[in-house]
Amino acid sequence: MTDVLNVGLAALIVALAIWAVFARDAFAAVVGFIAYGLLLTLVWVQLQGVDVALTEAAIGGGLTGALLVGAASRLRGTEAAARAERPRTLVRVAAAALSAAVTAALAIGVLMLPDPAPTLAPQTMANIEVTGVGNPITAVLLAFRAMDTLLEAIVLVFALIGVWSLGPDLAWGGRPGLRHRADPNGILAYLARVLPPIGIIVGTYIFWVGADHPGGKFQGATIVAAMWLLAIMAGLADAPPVSRTWVRVGLAAGPLVFIAIGLMGAVTAGAFLAYPDGYAKSLIIVIELALMPTLALILALLIAGAPRRPAQP
Amino acid sequence: MTSFLDVVSIVAIVAGAIFFLAGTLGLLRFPDTFTRLHALTKADNLGLGLVVFGLLPQVDGVVTGLKLVVVWLLVMLAGACASQLVARTARREERHD
Repeated sequence: MTDVLNVGLAALIVALAIWAVFARDAFAAVVGFIAYGLLLTLVWVQLQGVDVALTEAAIGGGLTGALLVGAASRLRGTEAAARAERPRTLVRVAAAALSAAVTAALAIGVLMLPDPAPTLAPQTMANIEVTGVGNPITAVLLAFRAMDTLLEAIVLVFALIGVWSLGPDLAWGGRPGLRHRADPNGILAYLARVLPPIGIIVGTYIFWVGADHPGGKFQGATIVAAMWLLAIMAGLADAPPVSRTWVRVGLAAGPLVFIAIGLMGAVTAGAFLAYPDGYAKSLIIVIELALMPTLALILALLIAGAPRRPAQP
Repeated sequence: MTSFLDVVSIVAIVAGAIFFLAGTLGLLRFPDTFTRLHALTKADNLGLGLVVFGLLPQVDGVVTGLKLVVVWLLVMLAGACASQLVARTARREERHD
């Protein structure tokens, strides 16, 4: 019975992927991609990777989906021209060959995996006691491979700076996007008043249970960022000018705390990002508490986009 | 008692699934945006409500059950607001035509 469901799920995903690639309308392709992300979430649940499933739903389906919807609506004006234009046969053949080669390489890689697949899971479970956290994913992300998580947080800050640099000179340091206007008594404003208190509690909860259960700062931060964006889109709040001191401090705070604790480890525990005995859990909580607001800020501002309006009108 | 609760679960979840099927049929077959929205919201509200109701006897704790009910309430809130927004946009476009 489960097999039938799994095969059906896999077939649906492949069909959606093909449809998202072949759809001529950009908006339709984006909607297909979001549905594809949500189905992938189900696959991760089936594989018992609930942490990955949460991330896929939050980042892969939600955040990337929102970014792509924004991109598709901006490209709407140019779409007819882009559709009328047909690349030369040589370009098309080359693109097809490249795509086929990448797919073939991936397929060969997957088929040639040793059985059983190499795993570090037993070592993780054997050493998880030291970290004081109960969720092995959190232990890997913030203790055994903390370096990766640190670099990931820094890369996100760089990505945001990259988005900002796309704004026109006049608006540099100004507010991202256009001012959203919506009927103050309308349904969107209503939702933006009712949902954020619930969303902030759910986001904080998902962040907090990450220590021992599936969840964590990334998924929690996405939910909190979504609540802020909802208020911005309903016209109840405005995105802050990106030159504001609190924005800049907030963006740097998370990675800076992470690096400071890492350097402290170099002095007290003998290696960068090592935690002194007995303090692992408390230091992990400090890092997570510092990273969560930074991540929420980055994710929300990534969607808000490049500055479009000067800070002082 | 257990078997009675199992029967309740099965009946409720099957009924919920029928609502989803009917909602999907409506989405595919109804002629305009408003009737399609009408069909979809029935699937969301009643279908999901029945599925959640059917799952309640199977959960292992009060907290899990409460979470399920909250999921249903949130989906209803989001679904109602989203269909209002879709309907408003559809009506605006109709006026422009």
